[in-house]
Amino acid sequence: MTPRQRRWIFLAAVAGLAAFYLWGLRGLPGFGNYPGPYGDIINRIAVAQTKATGVVSAVNFEYRGFDTVGEEFILFVAATGMAVVLRRLRGERERDRQDPTADLTVPPASDAVRLVALIFTGPVVVMGWFLASHAQTSPSGGFQGGVVLASAFFLIYLSGQFLLFRRISPVDLTEAVEAVGAGGFAAVGVSAVAMGLPYLKNFLPLGTTPGAVSSSGTIALISFFVGLEVAAAFVLIVGELVDQTLLIRQGDR
Amino acid sequence: MGSSHILAVVTPYTIPVGIMDALQVTVLVLVAAGATAVVLIREPARQVIMLSVYGVLLAVLFLAFQAPDVTLSELTVGAVALPMLLLLALAKVRRREK
Repeated sequence: MTPRQRRWIFLAAVAGLAAFYLWGLRGLPGFGNYPGPYGDIINRIAVAQTKATGVVSAVNFEYRGFDTVGEEFILFVAATGMAVVLRRLRGERERDRQDPTADLTVPPASDAVRLVALIFTGPVVVMGWFLASHAQTSPSGGFQGGVVLASAFFLIYLSGQFLLFRRISPVDLTEAVEAVGAGGFAAVGVSAVAMGLPYLKNFLPLGTTPGAVSSSGTIALISFFVGLEVAAAFVLIVGELVDQTLLIRQGDR
Repeated sequence: MGSSHILAVVTPYTIPVGIMDALQVTVLVLVAAGATAVVLIREPARQVIMLSVYGVLLAVLFLAFQAPDVTLSELTVGAVALPMLLLLALAKVRRREK
């Protein structure tokens, strides 16, 4: 294919895309206009019905809880897939040995990086738990909290403490925590079924004060499990990649 | 904005509509510039750093459009976790190439 032909195909595709895009834009509701009834209804009833002032969490973990189970398992499957694809196969050790850069030394983390990691690790852990445990009261939740928690582990890795990173997040333990998180969410749903309620129906006492940490029943519980799952999944994924990066260095020794 | 007839709550912290509009337009332009910069930078390590900056810009965008939950997700995933994964992958590839 000559560059000329390629350009024509590109221009035709762009013209088609632009036409469809503009056509689609014309059908959109005006900026800031929400035509559907669903959001308005939720805004009116959610706080009274679930005792959660974090209405987004109420939607995620209650009204559309079933969707969120699926989303959580996307991450679970991604981490599992990563562990399977990156596992060490028989014969790979030999290939590592032939790597000409096996004894390449990597400069240690600078003092500045180590200091930042040292200062932030503790607060980041607190922040992660705070977010994961306040889904029912404020804009936060297990997902955000989980990723923040995982970044505490990244900070430890970045400060050059790979062995410490591995010691506080052994693969088996991380996998177990991930499984408990993912399974816990599903189990909350099944528990409701066991009581004769619909799947994921909120079966715990809701509390009386909207916005109290102890309110909202299963919303807070599910958020906690999501936090576990997400934190473990991210630690696992990064751990696998770090292992891969280190594989070559360790291979020769 | 059209939805103001539903939630017309005015508090001492409410930002005037004019300022809010200006803020939203500014952030939209910044996000467009950031996305373009990510595409135009060709050196992978620099590109990842720009991607992280772009993640922060997107987070600010979501905040300006009243979606603090998504802001937190974008901040953690877009600005920290994704660049981290990409940098690790780069470290791996680099070492092999040399």
